Amino acid sequence: MTNYAIIGFALFLGALFVGGAIIASRLLAFSTPHSRRKVQAYECAVDPMGDARIQFKVDYYLFALLFLIFDIESLFLFPCATIFRSVLAGLQANISSMVIVAELVFFLLILLTGLVYAWRKGVLVWEKSV
Amino acid sequence: MSVFPDKVLYPPNNPIGDLVRTLVPAPFSDVLNGGLAIFSLLALASLTPVVLIWLERKVAAHFQARLGPMRVGWHGTLQPVADGIKLMFKEILKPEGADTFLFFLAPILPATASFLVLTVLPFDHHLQVTDLNAGVLFVIAASGLSIFGVLLAGWSSNNKYSLLGGIRAGAQMISFEISLALLMLLIVLLSGTASLRGIVLAQQGTILDWWIFKFPLFGLVAFILFLISSTAELNRGPFDIVEAESELTGGFTTEYSGISFAMFFFAEFVNMFVAAALATTLFLGGFLAPQMGWGMLDRLLDAVPGFVWFFAKTYGVIFIYMWFRWTFPRLRVDQLMVFEWKVLLPMHLFLLAVAGFFITMEWIPL
Repeated sequence: MTNYAIIGFALFLGALFVGGAIIASRLLAFSTPHSRRKVQAYECAVDPMGDARIQFKVDYYLFALLFLIFDIESLFLFPCATIFRSVLAGLQANISSMVIVAELVFFLLILLTGLVYAWRKGVLVWEKSV
Repeated sequence: MSVFPDKVLYPPNNPIGDLVRTLVPAPFSDVLNGGLAIFSLLALASLTPVVLIWLERKVAAHFQARLGPMRVGWHGTLQPVADGIKLMFKEILKPEGADTFLFFLAPILPATASFLVLTVLPFDHHLQVTDLNAGVLFVIAASGLSIFGVLLAGWSSNNKYSLLGGIRAGAQMISFEISLALLMLLIVLLSGTASLRGIVLAQQGTILDWWIFKFPLFGLVAFILFLISSTAELNRGPFDIVEAESELTGGFTTEYSGISFAMFFFAEFVNMFVAAALATTLFLGGFLAPQMGWGMLDRLLDAVPGFVWFFAKTYGVIFIYMWFRWTFPRLRVDQLMVFEWKVLLPMHLFLLAVAGFFITMEWIPL
């Protein structure tokens, strides 16, 4: 636990450093009066057209969902990877070490099945309509 | 009982730590020592972008047969400092219709997150702020925080270029995050520990005991894949579609000015250092000397302090990143995504299965 206490301390000091730099800059920086042109959103010097919160491809969202699945599944693999060697070392004679690696490969195959499913469903194709 | 674990905060012969402990009573001396350790990391984190910006411009210039910055200081060494001072005095503009709170929060997140990863990096045998037993997991978690900053910056700016740039950056970073996580998992599987110091110590011996060589051929493949994935994660060329000037002007930083803009750059360069340091720690033996197995030379190499090796290797990897940028043409967004999900991901899963098999057959003893 104490290990994480110092990381919390580092988070606090780091945020203070970054926030302090921004506040210091606000105090130091020159400022000119705001005109309408000055605070206008930048759109290559043309007046902005419509709202900036435009529609974008739904694919980004699908990739985010895929990421969620794979990230959590790789997270499940972390404890397995950490103890893999020690489990093998402490193995009883009547269990084959191949059982252990087969379990690892089985989990990887489940991951791969998910990928193949997404692939077959056409999620991984970026330009569908073209 | 000390507030912070003793062995990591104070190396065996740390005169400053001892002095603090003789002058200040027990619980406060720990906090003070912890603060000193973090402040030295902050100093490193603020100096790193200065060095890297100068290197980036110089390396780019020399690849193109130019000289690069030459005016400020010797060979332009003070140019990044001058740029920093200039950005400090620039006005921070908030565009019309922007979400004030998120707009100012966005640059703080990546900068803090990139600094946070430095706390678990082993710079030398005893030069590490804290050695977490789940260090690799912490690195993934902390570096994942910077994605929030990028997405928030893109959304809160009220600008179409920012929005598209932010979403592109988010999609790219999360995709390659999986690549990096699986490659770190590979090294965890090989080393049997998730602590970064433990991973380095698992590579003790000669240069052939580093994971890049010890896991025959596949280690080299994994190292190259790590370089590719981390380049994409850093949004650097040839994967810099996020900031493709011809399409998106400045990407998610379009509306940022002054110190807020500088904070994004700070985060970018600290992240670059962190990625190179991770490549060093995971594959290139971290702070260990590149021993050859020849008695005399080994003793000579061992006499050099570990952090010198660490920084030499890290800057070597950083040079490779810069080399990439000026060698390969930029990819399209669809090519990048297809490359990650259809090529890299199956390869990583295959590598993991191979590593598991090799360990079971006892072909890679520790």
